[in-house]
Amino acid sequence: MIRTFIVGLFLGLSAAGALAYFVPVVDLHREASLVKVEPNGGNSEEFRVNLPDDRIAAGIAGADPAANFPAGLNWPSEEGLGGSTVEVFKLRNSNDRVIGLAARIESKKESTGPFVHWMLHLPARGSLFLQMSRAGAGGEFRPGKLVGGTREFELMSGAVREFYRTDVENADLGISGRLELVTSLVGPVGEQ
Amino acid sequence: MKYLISLLVGLIFGVALFALALLFNPFVGRQELSPLSVSDDEVAILSYSAVSTDLLLYTSDADSITQLHPAEAADLWEPAIRDSELLIASLTNGRGMPAGIGVKISTSAESTRVLHSEAIANSVWFVYMPDRGAVVVYQQENYWAYIRDIVIPAWRSSSDSWKGVWSRNMTSGPGALGTARVIGLSGQFAGLESVAVESLNARAYSMQQGPVSITGSLSIEIPNAESSPDVAAAQQ
Repeated sequence: MIRTFIVGLFLGLSAAGALAYFVPVVDLHREASLVKVEPNGGNSEEFRVNLPDDRIAAGIAGADPAANFPAGLNWPSEEGLGGSTVEVFKLRNSNDRVIGLAARIESKKESTGPFVHWMLHLPARGSLFLQMSRAGAGGEFRPGKLVGGTREFELMSGAVREFYRTDVENADLGISGRLELVTSLVGPVGEQ
Repeated sequence: MKYLISLLVGLIFGVALFALALLFNPFVGRQELSPLSVSDDEVAILSYSAVSTDLLLYTSDADSITQLHPAEAADLWEPAIRDSELLIASLTNGRGMPAGIGVKISTSAESTRVLHSEAIANSVWFVYMPDRGAVVVYQQENYWAYIRDIVIPAWRSSSDSWKGVWSRNMTSGPGALGTARVIGLSGQFAGLESVAVESLNARAYSMQQGPVSITGSLSIEIPNAESSPDVAAAQQ
Protein backbone atom coordinates (compact mmCIF):
# COMPACT_ATOMS: atom_id res chain seq x y z
CA MET A 1 0.00 0.00 0.00
CA ILE A 2 2.92 2.33 0.77
CA ARG A 3 4.29 1.62 -2.70
CA THR A 4 0.95 2.54 -4.27
CA PHE A 5 0.96 5.78 -2.25
CA ILE A 6 4.47 6.61 -3.47
CA VAL A 7 3.48 5.84 -7.07
CA GLY A 8 0.46 8.14 -6.59
CA LEU A 9 2.71 10.83 -5.10
CA PHE A 10 5.02 10.81 -8.12
CA LEU A 11 2.05 10.68 -10.49
CA GLY A 12 0.59 13.72 -8.72
CA LEU A 13 3.90 15.61 -8.91
CA SER A 14 4.28 14.76 -12.60
CA ALA A 15 0.68 15.66 -13.46
CA ALA A 16 0.91 19.01 -11.65
CA GLY A 17 4.24 19.72 -13.36
CA ALA A 18 2.84 18.85 -16.79
CA LEU A 19 -0.24 20.99 -16.13
CA ALA A 20 1.91 23.95 -15.06
CA TYR A 21 4.12 23.54 -18.13
CA PHE A 22 1.54 22.97 -20.85
CA VAL A 23 -1.60 24.84 -19.76
CA PRO A 24 -1.34 28.63 -20.24
CA VAL A 25 -2.30 30.63 -17.18
CA VAL A 26 -3.16 33.68 -19.26
CA ASP A 27 -4.92 33.23 -22.60
CA LEU A 28 -5.78 36.65 -24.01
CA HIS A 29 -8.72 37.12 -26.34
CA ARG A 30 -7.65 38.04 -29.88
CA GLU A 31 -9.57 39.89 -32.52
CA ALA A 32 -8.35 39.50 -36.09
CA SER A 33 -5.83 42.21 -37.03
CA LEU A 34 -7.43 44.16 -39.88
CA VAL A 35 -4.22 45.22 -41.59
CA LYS A 36 -4.04 46.38 -45.22
CA VAL A 37 -0.80 45.83 -47.10
CA GLU A 38 0.41 48.94 -48.93
CA PRO A 39 2.31 49.08 -52.24
CA ASN A 40 5.58 50.11 -50.52
CA GLY A 41 5.58 46.93 -48.45
CA GLY A 42 4.32 48.61 -45.32
CA ASN A 43 0.92 48.18 -43.80
CA SER A 44 -2.01 50.36 -42.87
CA GLU A 45 -4.42 49.90 -39.99
CA GLU A 46 -7.36 51.90 -38.72
CA PHE A 47 -8.21 52.36 -35.04
CA ARG A 48 -11.46 53.98 -33.91
CA VAL A 49 -12.97 55.63 -30.85
CA ASN A 50 -16.75 56.10 -30.93
CA LEU A 51 -17.80 59.19 -29.00
CA PRO A 52 -19.12 59.50 -26.44
CA ASP A 53 -19.54 55.77 -25.67
CA ASP A 54 -15.86 54.80 -25.70
CA ARG A 55 -14.69 57.64 -23.50
CA ILE A 56 -13.67 56.21 -20.09
CA ALA A 57 -12.43 59.46 -18.57
CA ALA A 58 -11.57 63.03 -19.49
CA GLY A 59 -9.75 65.43 -17.17
CA ILE A 60 -9.11 69.06 -18.03
CA ALA A 61 -6.80 70.91 -15.64
CA GLY A 62 -8.02 74.31 -14.59
CA ALA A 63 -11.49 73.84 -16.10
CA ASP A 64 -14.88 73.75 -14.40
CA PRO A 65 -14.97 70.41 -12.47
CA ALA A 66 -18.30 69.66 -14.15
CA ALA A 67 -16.41 69.41 -17.46
CA ASN A 68 -14.54 66.35 -16.22
CA PHE A 69 -15.83 62.85 -16.96
CA PRO A 70 -17.07 60.60 -15.34
CA ALA A 71 -18.95 62.32 -12.55
CA GLY A 72 -16.89 62.05 -9.39
CA LEU A 73 -13.56 62.42 -11.19
CA ASN A 74 -11.68 64.76 -8.87
CA TRP A 75 -9.14 66.20 -11.31
CA PRO A 76 -6.24 68.16 -9.74
CA SER A 77 -6.40 71.91 -10.10
CA GLU A 78 -2.67 72.65 -9.82
CA GLU A 79 -1.72 75.71 -11.78
CA GLY A 80 1.21 73.85 -13.32
CA LEU A 81 -1.11 71.47 -15.13
CA GLY A 82 -3.01 74.35 -16.74
CA GLY A 83 -3.86 73.80 -20.37
CA SER A 84 -3.43 70.04 -20.27
CA THR A 85 -6.12 67.50 -21.12
CA VAL A 86 -5.99 63.77 -20.47
CA GLU A 87 -8.55 61.47 -22.07
CA VAL A 88 -8.69 57.67 -21.96
CA PHE A 89 -10.78 55.56 -24.30
CA LYS A 90 -11.68 52.05 -25.34
CA LEU A 91 -10.12 51.45 -28.74
CA ARG A 92 -11.85 49.66 -31.63
CA ASN A 93 -10.73 48.16 -34.93
CA SER A 94 -12.36 49.00 -38.26
CA ASN A 95 -15.02 46.34 -37.55
CA ASP A 96 -16.00 48.31 -34.42
CA ARG A 97 -14.80 45.55 -32.09
CA VAL A 98 -13.01 46.67 -28.92
CA ILE A 99 -9.36 45.63 -29.21
CA GLY A 100 -7.59 47.75 -26.61
CA LEU A 101 -7.27 50.97 -24.64
CA ALA A 102 -5.93 54.37 -25.59
CA ALA A 103 -4.85 57.56 -23.85
CA ARG A 104 -4.72 60.96 -25.55
CA ILE A 105 -2.77 63.67 -23.77
CA GLU A 106 -2.66 67.27 -24.93
CA SER A 107 -0.80 70.22 -23.46
CA LYS A 108 -0.65 73.84 -24.50
CA LYS A 109 2.14 74.69 -22.07
CA GLU A 110 4.94 76.68 -23.69
CA SER A 111 7.62 75.69 -21.16
CA THR A 112 7.63 72.07 -22.37
CA GLY A 113 6.41 72.83 -25.87
CA PRO A 114 2.76 72.22 -26.73
CA PHE A 115 2.05 68.60 -27.68
CA VAL A 116 -0.55 65.99 -28.54
CA HIS A 117 0.38 62.38 -27.78
CA TRP A 118 -1.45 59.08 -28.08
CA MET A 119 -0.62 55.88 -26.25
CA LEU A 120 -2.39 52.83 -27.71
CA HIS A 121 -2.36 49.55 -25.80
CA LEU A 122 -3.50 46.39 -27.59
CA PRO A 123 -3.23 43.63 -24.95
CA ALA A 124 -2.59 40.74 -27.32
CA ARG A 125 -0.27 42.66 -29.67
CA GLY A 126 1.70 45.44 -27.97
CA SER A 127 1.64 49.21 -27.56
CA LEU A 128 2.20 52.20 -29.84
CA PHE A 129 3.37 55.66 -28.79
CA LEU A 130 2.35 58.40 -31.20
CA GLN A 131 3.48 61.99 -31.40
CA MET A 132 1.06 64.23 -33.27
CA SER A 133 1.58 67.59 -34.88
CA ARG A 134 -0.08 70.51 -33.09
CA ALA A 135 -1.42 71.89 -36.34
CA GLY A 136 -3.91 70.01 -38.48
CA ALA A 137 -3.25 69.45 -42.19
CA GLY A 138 -5.71 71.65 -44.01
CA GLY A 139 -8.32 71.09 -41.34
CA GLU A 140 -8.87 67.50 -42.52
CA PHE A 141 -6.61 65.56 -40.23
CA ARG A 142 -3.78 65.90 -37.74
CA PRO A 143 -0.54 64.26 -38.91
CA GLY A 144 1.81 62.45 -36.58
CA LYS A 145 4.44 59.75 -36.32
CA LEU A 146 5.17 56.58 -34.41
CA VAL A 147 7.92 57.32 -31.87
CA GLY A 148 8.05 53.92 -30.20
CA GLY A 149 6.31 50.63 -29.73
CA THR A 150 6.45 47.33 -27.95
CA ARG A 151 6.27 43.69 -29.07
CA GLU A 152 4.59 43.58 -32.52
CA PHE A 153 5.29 47.31 -33.01
CA GLU A 154 8.77 47.48 -31.47
CA LEU A 155 10.72 47.63 -34.74
CA MET A 156 8.11 49.54 -36.75
CA SER A 157 8.29 53.13 -37.90
CA GLY A 158 5.94 55.31 -39.87
CA ALA A 159 3.22 57.90 -39.91
CA VAL A 160 -0.25 58.29 -38.45
CA ARG A 161 -3.20 60.54 -39.21
CA GLU A 162 -5.85 61.53 -36.66
CA PHE A 163 -9.32 62.29 -38.03
CA TYR A 164 -12.39 63.54 -36.21
CA ARG A 165 -15.51 62.52 -38.10
CA THR A 166 -19.03 63.73 -37.49
CA ASP A 167 -20.54 62.04 -40.54
CA VAL A 168 -20.90 58.79 -38.59
CA GLU A 169 -23.54 60.14 -36.23
CA ASN A 170 -25.98 57.40 -35.25
CA ALA A 171 -28.67 58.30 -32.72
CA ASP A 172 -29.74 54.66 -32.31
CA LEU A 173 -26.25 53.61 -31.26
CA GLY A 174 -25.65 56.86 -29.35
CA ILE A 175 -22.67 57.80 -31.53
CA SER A 176 -22.17 61.54 -32.03
CA GLY A 177 -18.70 61.46 -33.55
CA ARG A 178 -15.65 59.33 -34.07
CA LEU A 179 -11.92 59.73 -33.61
CA GLU A 180 -9.97 57.70 -36.15
CA LEU A 181 -6.28 56.93 -36.18
CA VAL A 182 -4.92 55.57 -39.45
CA THR A 183 -1.38 54.22 -39.18
CA SER A 184 1.01 53.59 -42.09
CA LEU A 185 3.88 51.54 -40.70
CA VAL A 186 6.87 49.73 -42.12
CA GLY A 187 9.21 47.21 -40.54
CA PRO A 188 13.02 47.59 -40.56
CA VAL A 189 14.80 47.17 -43.90
CA GLY A 190 15.97 43.60 -44.36
CA GLU A 191 13.20 42.09 -42.27
CA GLN A 192 10.92 41.40 -45.22
CA MET B 1 -10.15 -0.75 -3.09
CA LYS B 2 -7.56 0.21 -0.49
CA TYR B 3 -4.93 0.43 -3.22
CA LEU B 4 -7.12 2.79 -5.20
CA ILE B 5 -7.63 5.01 -2.15
CA SER B 6 -3.90 4.91 -1.44
CA LEU B 7 -3.15 5.93 -5.06
CA LEU B 8 -5.65 8.81 -4.90
CA VAL B 9 -4.27 10.06 -1.57
CA GLY B 10 -0.77 9.85 -3.07
CA LEU B 11 -1.93 11.85 -6.10
CA ILE B 12 -3.47 14.55 -3.92
CA PHE B 13 -0.33 14.76 -1.79
CA GLY B 14 1.79 14.95 -4.95
CA VAL B 15 -0.19 17.86 -6.36
CA ALA B 16 -0.17 19.64 -2.97
CA LEU B 17 3.57 19.09 -2.59
CA PHE B 18 4.16 20.56 -6.06
CA ALA B 19 2.03 23.62 -5.27
CA LEU B 20 3.85 24.17 -1.95
CA ALA B 21 7.25 23.78 -3.59
CA LEU B 22 6.27 26.37 -6.21
CA LEU B 23 4.93 28.83 -3.67
CA PHE B 24 7.66 28.54 -1.08
CA ASN B 25 10.62 28.11 -3.39
CA PRO B 26 13.28 30.05 -1.44
CA PHE B 27 15.34 30.74 -4.55
CA VAL B 28 12.84 33.05 -6.23
CA GLY B 29 11.22 36.35 -5.42
CA ARG B 30 14.12 37.67 -3.36
CA GLN B 31 14.46 41.42 -3.23
CA GLU B 32 17.24 42.67 -5.44
CA LEU B 33 18.97 46.01 -5.40
CA SER B 34 17.51 48.44 -7.91
CA PRO B 35 19.95 48.96 -10.82
CA LEU B 36 19.21 52.68 -10.54
CA SER B 37 20.49 52.87 -6.98
CA VAL B 38 24.06 52.98 -8.32
CA SER B 39 23.37 55.41 -11.14
CA ASP B 40 25.48 58.56 -11.40
CA ASP B 41 22.74 60.32 -13.35
CA GLU B 42 19.75 62.13 -11.96
CA VAL B 43 16.94 59.76 -11.01
CA ALA B 44 13.45 61.28 -10.91
CA ILE B 45 11.39 59.48 -8.28
CA LEU B 46 7.65 59.79 -8.79
CA SER B 47 5.32 58.30 -6.19
CA TYR B 48 1.62 57.52 -6.17
CA SER B 49 -0.85 55.79 -3.92
CA ALA B 50 -1.98 52.44 -5.36
CA VAL B 51 -5.20 52.53 -3.30
CA SER B 52 -8.01 52.87 -5.84
CA THR B 53 -9.87 55.61 -3.94
CA ASP B 54 -6.67 57.71 -3.77
CA LEU B 55 -6.21 57.51 -7.54
CA LEU B 56 -7.86 59.94 -9.92
CA LEU B 57 -9.26 56.98 -11.83
CA TYR B 58 -9.04 53.22 -11.53
CA THR B 59 -10.92 50.78 -13.72
CA SER B 60 -10.67 47.13 -14.67
CA ASP B 61 -13.02 44.18 -15.07
CA ALA B 62 -15.92 44.78 -12.63
CA ASP B 63 -15.28 41.34 -11.06
CA SER B 64 -11.79 42.29 -9.90
CA ILE B 65 -11.03 42.64 -6.17
CA THR B 66 -9.95 46.27 -6.46
CA GLN B 67 -12.94 48.64 -6.52
CA LEU B 68 -13.48 50.93 -9.49
CA HIS B 69 -12.98 54.62 -8.78
CA PRO B 70 -15.00 56.74 -9.28
CA ALA B 71 -17.86 54.28 -9.00
CA GLU B 72 -19.32 55.71 -12.25
CA ALA B 73 -16.20 54.72 -14.24
CA ALA B 74 -16.84 52.35 -17.16
CA ASP B 75 -15.56 48.86 -16.44
CA LEU B 76 -13.37 46.94 -18.88
CA TRP B 77 -15.70 44.04 -19.63
CA GLU B 78 -15.00 43.50 -23.33
CA PRO B 79 -13.16 40.20 -24.04
CA ALA B 80 -10.06 41.89 -25.48
CA ILE B 81 -9.50 44.15 -22.45
CA ARG B 82 -10.97 42.26 -19.50
CA ASP B 83 -7.48 41.20 -18.34
CA SER B 84 -6.39 44.85 -18.31
CA GLU B 85 -6.49 47.63 -15.77
CA LEU B 86 -6.17 51.36 -16.23
CA LEU B 87 -5.26 54.00 -13.69
CA ILE B 88 -4.62 57.72 -13.69
CA ALA B 89 -2.56 58.96 -10.76
CA SER B 90 -1.37 62.25 -9.37
CA LEU B 91 2.38 61.85 -9.05
CA THR B 92 4.44 63.40 -6.29
CA ASN B 93 8.18 63.98 -6.17
CA GLY B 94 10.62 62.84 -3.48
CA ARG B 95 9.49 65.67 -1.20
CA GLY B 96 5.82 64.79 -1.53
CA MET B 97 5.06 67.80 -3.74
CA PRO B 98 2.85 67.43 -6.85
CA ALA B 99 5.05 66.57 -9.81
CA GLY B 100 2.69 65.55 -12.57
CA ILE B 101 0.13 63.14 -13.91
CA GLY B 102 0.60 59.49 -14.89
CA VAL B 103 -1.59 57.19 -16.96
CA LYS B 104 -0.84 53.48 -16.56
CA ILE B 105 -2.36 50.64 -18.59
CA SER B 106 -1.40 47.07 -17.77
CA THR B 107 -2.47 43.62 -18.91
CA SER B 108 -1.74 40.12 -17.70
CA ALA B 109 0.86 38.67 -20.06
CA GLU B 110 0.81 35.37 -21.89
CA SER B 111 4.50 35.03 -21.02
CA THR B 112 3.42 34.18 -17.45
CA ARG B 113 5.05 30.89 -16.40
CA VAL B 114 4.20 29.50 -12.96
CA LEU B 115 7.06 27.01 -13.25
CA HIS B 116 9.45 29.97 -13.38
CA SER B 117 7.64 31.76 -10.55
CA GLU B 118 6.42 34.44 -12.94
CA ALA B 119 3.11 36.26 -12.90
CA ILE B 120 3.87 38.79 -15.62
CA ALA B 121 1.99 41.93 -16.58
CA ASN B 122 2.86 44.10 -19.59
CA SER B 123 2.41 47.73 -18.64
CA VAL B 124 2.88 51.16 -20.14
CA TRP B 125 3.02 54.53 -18.40
CA PHE B 126 2.53 57.96 -19.88
CA VAL B 127 4.06 60.46 -17.48
CA TYR B 128 3.62 64.22 -17.83
CA MET B 129 5.62 66.54 -15.62
CA PRO B 130 4.42 70.08 -16.42
CA ASP B 131 7.72 71.82 -15.72
CA ARG B 132 9.87 69.26 -17.52
CA GLY B 133 8.07 67.31 -20.25
CA ALA B 134 6.54 63.95 -21.07
CA VAL B 135 7.87 60.39 -21.28
CA VAL B 136 6.47 56.93 -21.86
CA VAL B 137 7.72 53.94 -19.88
CA TYR B 138 7.10 50.35 -20.90
CA GLN B 139 7.91 47.34 -18.83
CA GLN B 140 7.15 43.81 -17.75
CA GLU B 141 6.25 43.47 -14.08
CA ASN B 142 6.44 40.25 -12.08
CA TYR B 143 3.65 40.01 -9.50
CA TRP B 144 4.66 36.55 -8.23
CA ALA B 145 6.15 37.80 -4.94
CA TYR B 146 3.18 40.18 -4.46
CA ILE B 147 0.70 37.30 -4.84
CA ARG B 148 2.75 34.94 -2.67
CA ASP B 149 3.57 37.39 0.13
CA ILE B 150 0.40 39.50 0.25
CA VAL B 151 -2.60 38.15 -1.66
CA ILE B 152 -2.36 34.51 -0.55
CA PRO B 153 -1.78 35.37 3.16
CA ALA B 154 -4.76 37.77 2.96
CA TRP B 155 -6.88 35.03 1.38
CA ARG B 156 -5.85 32.54 4.08
CA SER B 157 -6.39 35.01 6.92
CA SER B 158 -9.65 34.76 8.90
CA SER B 159 -10.00 38.53 8.55
CA ASP B 160 -9.50 38.36 4.77
CA SER B 161 -6.73 40.90 5.05
CA TRP B 162 -2.96 41.27 5.30
CA LYS B 163 -0.87 43.75 7.24
CA GLY B 164 2.88 44.02 7.29
CA VAL B 165 5.87 45.72 5.73
CA TRP B 166 6.68 44.67 2.19
CA SER B 167 8.76 46.35 -0.48
CA ARG B 168 9.75 45.09 -3.93
CA ASN B 169 10.90 46.15 -7.36
CA MET B 170 8.09 45.03 -9.64
CA THR B 171 9.88 45.71 -12.94
CA SER B 172 11.43 42.58 -14.43
CA GLY B 173 12.13 43.71 -18.00
CA PRO B 174 12.54 44.21 -20.88
CA GLY B 175 16.00 45.54 -19.89
CA ALA B 176 18.59 42.87 -19.12
CA LEU B 177 19.04 44.20 -15.57
CA GLY B 178 15.32 44.15 -14.86
CA THR B 179 14.69 47.70 -15.99
CA ALA B 180 11.89 49.32 -17.95
CA ARG B 181 12.54 51.30 -21.14
CA VAL B 182 11.84 55.01 -21.29
CA ILE B 183 11.21 57.11 -24.39
CA GLY B 184 11.24 60.89 -23.99
CA LEU B 185 8.55 62.73 -25.93
CA SER B 186 8.66 66.44 -25.17
CA GLY B 187 10.23 69.25 -23.19
CA GLN B 188 13.67 68.50 -21.77
CA PHE B 189 12.94 64.79 -22.28
CA ALA B 190 12.58 65.05 -26.07
CA GLY B 191 14.77 62.39 -27.69
CA LEU B 192 15.61 60.75 -24.36
CA GLU B 193 16.18 56.99 -24.21
CA SER B 194 16.64 55.73 -20.72
CA VAL B 195 15.62 53.16 -18.12
CA ALA B 196 13.24 53.07 -15.16
CA VAL B 197 12.20 50.82 -12.29
CA GLU B 198 8.79 50.64 -10.60
CA SER B 199 8.49 49.45 -7.02
CA LEU B 200 5.70 48.89 -4.51
CA ASN B 201 5.70 49.46 -0.76
CA ALA B 202 2.81 47.65 0.91
CA ARG B 203 1.40 47.99 4.41
CA ALA B 204 -2.12 46.60 4.17
CA TYR B 205 -4.29 44.63 1.72
CA SER B 206 -7.86 43.42 1.89
CA MET B 207 -9.61 40.70 -0.11
CA GLN B 208 -12.72 42.92 -0.17
CA GLN B 209 -11.23 46.12 -1.57
CA GLY B 210 -7.71 45.27 -2.77
CA PRO B 211 -4.83 47.57 -1.76
CA VAL B 212 -5.56 49.43 1.51
CA SER B 213 -2.15 50.98 2.07
CA ILE B 214 0.20 50.53 -0.86
CA THR B 215 2.46 53.13 -2.43
CA GLY B 216 4.04 52.85 -5.86
CA SER B 217 7.23 54.56 -7.00
CA LEU B 218 8.48 55.05 -10.51
CA SER B 219 12.20 55.83 -10.68
CA ILE B 220 13.30 57.23 -14.03
CA GLU B 221 16.97 57.72 -14.87
CA ILE B 222 17.56 61.01 -16.69
CA PRO B 223 21.05 61.10 -18.19
CA ASN B 224 22.66 64.51 -18.68
CA ALA B 225 19.56 66.27 -17.48
CA GLU B 226 19.43 69.87 -16.43
CA SER B 227 18.37 69.81 -12.81
CA SER B 228 14.68 70.41 -12.26
CA PRO B 229 13.69 73.24 -9.92
CA ASP B 230 12.95 70.57 -7.27
CA VAL B 231 16.36 68.96 -7.55
CA ALA B 232 18.10 72.33 -7.57
CA ALA B 233 16.22 73.38 -4.45
CA ALA B 234 17.10 70.12 -2.72
CA GLN B 235 20.79 70.55 -3.56
CA GLN B 236 21.01 74.07 -2.15
